[in-house]
Amino acid sequence: MRYAMAIDTKKCVGCSDCVVACQTENNIPLGYARDWVTETINGVYPSLQLEFRSERCNHCDNTPCVRTCPTGASHVIEGGIVKVTHEKCIGCGACIQSCPYDARYSSPEGWVDKCTFCDHRLKDGQNPACVEVCPTHCMYFGDLDDSNSPVSKVMANRKWKVLAPEAGTSPQIFYLI
Amino acid sequence: MKEELIISGRMNPNIDPVLHLWHWEIPVYLFLGGLAAGLLFFAAFYVIRDEKDRFPTAVKIAPILAPIAIIIGLIALFLDLKHKLFFWRLYTVIRLESPMSWGAWVLMIITPLSFMWVGGFLKEVFPKIDLKKGFSSKLLKLVFKESEGEVNWKWKYNFLETFEKFIIFRRKELAWVILFYSLILGVYTGILLSAFNARPLWNTAILGPIFLVSGFSTAAASIMWMSKLPEEKKWFSKIDIMLIIIELFFILHLFMGFLAGPQVQVDAAALFWGGQFTVYFGLFVVILGLIMPAIFEVMELSGIHVHISIPAFLILFGGLIFRFVMVEAGQITRYLY
Amino acid sequence: MKTTRRDFIKISSIGLGSLAVATPVVNYITGNSNDNPLSGTGKISRHANYCEVCFWNCAGWVYKNEEGKIWKIIGNENDPHSNGRFCPRGTGGIGMYEDDDRLKKPLMRVGKPESQEYKEISWTEAFDHIAAKMKEIGQKYGNESIALFKHGSSSKHFGHLISAFGSSNQAGPAYAQCKGPREEAFTLTFGEPLHSPEPLDIRDSKCLVLIGSHLGENMHNGQVQEMSEAIDKGISIITVDPRFSTVASKSKFWLPIKPATDNALLLAWINVIINENLYDKDYIEKLSVGFDKLKEHVQQFTPEWAYGITTIEPNIIRETAREMAKAAPAVIVHPGRHATWYGDDTQRLRAIAILNALLGSWGRRGGFYMAASAKLPKFSSPAYPKPKWGWKDINPEKYPFANEGVTNLIIDGSHPDYKGVNKIKAWFVLGTNLPVSIPDTKRTIEAIQNQEFIVVIDTMPTEITGYADIVLPECTYIERYDDLRVLPHREPNIALRVPAFEPRFESKPAWWMAKEIANRLGLGDYFNYKDYSDVLDWQLKQIGSSLDEMKNLGVKKFDREFDDLYFAEGETPEFGTTSGKIELYSEELASYGFPPLPVYKPMPEPETGFYRLIYGRSPVHTFSRTTNNPRLTELQKENKLWVNPKVAKEWDFKDDQEIWLQNQDGIVSEFSIKVRITERIRWDSVYMVHGFGHKDKRLTRGFGKGISDAELITKVLIDPESGGTGMRSNFVTFVTENPGKEVVS
Repeated sequence: MRYAMAIDTKKCVGCSDCVVACQTENNIPLGYARDWVTETINGVYPSLQLEFRSERCNHCDNTPCVRTCPTGASHVIEGGIVKVTHEKCIGCGACIQSCPYDARYSSPEGWVDKCTFCDHRLKDGQNPACVEVCPTHCMYFGDLDDSNSPVSKVMANRKWKVLAPEAGTSPQIFYLI
Repeated sequence: MKEELIISGRMNPNIDPVLHLWHWEIPVYLFLGGLAAGLLFFAAFYVIRDEKDRFPTAVKIAPILAPIAIIIGLIALFLDLKHKLFFWRLYTVIRLESPMSWGAWVLMIITPLSFMWVGGFLKEVFPKIDLKKGFSSKLLKLVFKESEGEVNWKWKYNFLETFEKFIIFRRKELAWVILFYSLILGVYTGILLSAFNARPLWNTAILGPIFLVSGFSTAAASIMWMSKLPEEKKWFSKIDIMLIIIELFFILHLFMGFLAGPQVQVDAAALFWGGQFTVYFGLFVVILGLIMPAIFEVMELSGIHVHISIPAFLILFGGLIFRFVMVEAGQITRYLY
Repeated sequence: MKTTRRDFIKISSIGLGSLAVATPVVNYITGNSNDNPLSGTGKISRHANYCEVCFWNCAGWVYKNEEGKIWKIIGNENDPHSNGRFCPRGTGGIGMYEDDDRLKKPLMRVGKPESQEYKEISWTEAFDHIAAKMKEIGQKYGNESIALFKHGSSSKHFGHLISAFGSSNQAGPAYAQCKGPREEAFTLTFGEPLHSPEPLDIRDSKCLVLIGSHLGENMHNGQVQEMSEAIDKGISIITVDPRFSTVASKSKFWLPIKPATDNALLLAWINVIINENLYDKDYIEKLSVGFDKLKEHVQQFTPEWAYGITTIEPNIIRETAREMAKAAPAVIVHPGRHATWYGDDTQRLRAIAILNALLGSWGRRGGFYMAASAKLPKFSSPAYPKPKWGWKDINPEKYPFANEGVTNLIIDGSHPDYKGVNKIKAWFVLGTNLPVSIPDTKRTIEAIQNQEFIVVIDTMPTEITGYADIVLPECTYIERYDDLRVLPHREPNIALRVPAFEPRFESKPAWWMAKEIANRLGLGDYFNYKDYSDVLDWQLKQIGSSLDEMKNLGVKKFDREFDDLYFAEGETPEFGTTSGKIELYSEELASYGFPPLPVYKPMPEPETGFYRLIYGRSPVHTFSRTTNNPRLTELQKENKLWVNPKVAKEWDFKDDQEIWLQNQDGIVSEFSIKVRITERIRWDSVYMVHGFGHKDKRLTRGFGKGISDAELITKVLIDPESGGTGMRSNFVTFVTENPGKEVVS
């Protein structure tokens, strides 16, 4: 099993609903965010391109954060989800330094926090909160090893890219372009 | 025009707007680690070569700084931890893939070794200790007691006396062990950063050797500063000049590598070439911290007197600034936005 | 597909060559404590509600735990407004409840009217005082002299109160500052207004034309969702906007029009569609009147003519007209919502309505569907007394086509310069922050200062609460009952709001306030219930449901009475217009001396060094009411001024530089705003999101963040047909040094 997410930049309007839904679902303290939205503009008025991306931990296949963690607090669970065990984390920051996506942060308590793909929801057969709330239905989630999952199906029919592939982490959030 | 911005207001502390997670603690820790590694290396090296009497400062006196540097470095590292009460988790697992992990273990090993080394020379270095007066004597009495003879003190506990004898008897073997671990410690201080591929500035294998050489250079500078023997001074001055030349060569290599690399590394190099770190790096690290002391040392060797403290101080200062610059600048460099 | 994937088990094992050291025995090693975000805090329950952060009123569920901690709000899957998905404002709506800056206790002004000094009073004192004042003012000036400014669901209760008291003077900015001209233009053309949510069949549309409407930045939830669905199905979108809006970036055609020239483009489109025979001939022939007059009228408006005005090239005008016709009748020329732009807005919306008629999209799949509402019996209440005069009588000459209360007309009647007899002397203001929601803040404040008594009912301390004699703290929508939501849609439906929590502080629901005041006025018969849930239960039982059932359902849908979502093939439906047909030519407009066919009128242009002030919406905020919400200010805490790089270069601006704005009348913004240098805006305009720059210090997150566009909109061009306040003919220049204005409060 390999969980992954595909996000359709043709539909995303950059509304940040994914961000606030994550914050409420996961009880994130004010001032912190596990996911975020970027806007990229290219060109000169009036020939312009604009891309919105909802970004988060890429739950990479090659995980520098897990590799550099000195205590094993950062680890990979079934489905390739990268998680942090709070009681093992010493807050050294190695994983934060090693993430090319800046997807991790120190929680106010000191341990490092990040996107979990809402694994507590996956257990109940639900999608991550961000996917479930998106008014544009621009996010597709599922198991890449299952060719019938929403993410496999949409990726089979669309062009996609990943962010910072040159960082060599084999990210698992795909942007449909 | 290209515009790239985070529009959902993300402002994670220490991450946004630019990563600034590591402050003074890590550069200080890296500096002291490198210094200690160099000091222990030279001490062990000249014991193995049976030259401890030719370089008494390097072998016996300067290493006293090593455990002090390591302890202060470890305190700095501890202060950097955000989830401090769980620091013991470092010692529940060895993760060879994580420099932070094996660094912690190396320090765990080298700290007692450095104490043993210093302890083994203590009677030679300090034959007379005043245990009669003052507040300090009360503290010293916790481990020492009065004695008669050339050396006016003894270890308070007999097993320490026995242990000391063992260390002196097995000093060469201990030197080999320390030599090995000091090299690892020296390399570790460089590899710690270069393990983080996510920061283009650190994503280069040359960083390990640079930090190793720089650490040894600061150690050599300390020894030549502390030494009272002209021959020893001169010798470490020569070593230092050699190390500086190697370091400059490595730094050149580092930037050539960046400029030949992907755009993110070209951008990283730009921080030092017209960017916000130009002054710190160019002036403090390269000119004041490497070139000037090298010139002073060459002058001294060719008979023009320059007080040894000047190049020594500049090297130590340059080494510290170098680590600050690399840690600060590295966190700014990134792959995205 | 990715092929190089390392086995996750290998990664997750502790690491190559690693060595497990015995784990010390410590009790708090319990694995992941973040498995359940609210773990250990009791059972989770959910409570039906519909969102009050904006007018879309999406239905959903409020989740909380046994300890009473709020968790989240999630859309109700059965709700046609949200389809189970709230927008960011709705999701962040819990911030309205959590906000500690909320109004907490009834307040009474002490000291002079200009002073902002208040004392806390009891509810009884507040009601006694209000009732006494109402009686006094009623005796002095007549009960009609009391007006209600309103926004949101709970305003119905106070509307009921003042109607029972004998005044029909109610108005909300939702009309004359928003959709008024649109509703009247569509009523004039198709015989009915569009209401809310608009009956746009976007999901099945093949072509969507957006004129200044920035769907996606305005999170009109159902429409954003349907647009996204339509993008999947390959819809072609044509966006007309001087700004590269979000939806412009998703469009097949973006027409970067010169601001204030939309009517020229619309007329040229009509010209092309008629002259190239692209219109729906059968539909127009059977269902409309005035086609020949229209045809003759638009001959002068060629694409070449429009090019000179709009800067849109003639071939693009032709190509886009053909694109619409190709998709017809599954095409929507979007009527927009906030339509009060240039003071000729009824005319512009008429052109839009006519364009839709020519394309045959009204009553067609992929165009405009025929919406239906659930039928709900009224809870019994005595008939209202008949007022001697109403808001229209403040100035009977004005706005003959206004069918709802015009806020600015009531403000005229409240202003010291009003010379008529039908004076307004006291205000109730519920849920609308008038100094920000009505343009020309200065005039609004002059009218406020001319009142003998003002009561403000709100959840938050805003600018308007500072002008009140009495402030009543209303509880938020998740702490109260309100009327059932009964809004038109494809399927008739109702949605329930129940309190998930006891009101925080001493806040109370509006129905209770209205009832208590009514009791003191001897109008208790109009509020013949103990609790508002009694009303809901009674109403629901009349239609075969109950409060208990609805608490479990949240939303209930009903079958349509007739199968008439779209016009049937060959059907000749009757329209609500005078002629019973679609009126391309409007006799009614002509009879009042207005152009019966849409015209283009050149608009004022900025002088050198001035830029047209364009305002818009952020997807994470609703007007000025959410700009203190702790959840939503997280996402956007201030507005920025979009400036084209050419302009920025001319003024030597840097990104995030703080500047002040001065408008054509010399008004300088109270606060500074940060510059965002971006290609997304034309060089002759600047853009900002509306709703920021709060002046009330009690708003700890909103105070002084960004600036308010409303204070810079002092030139208001009023749409003579509907009374809509055109706000887009204001020009600003930049002030780079702190003007050091004294804060006058």
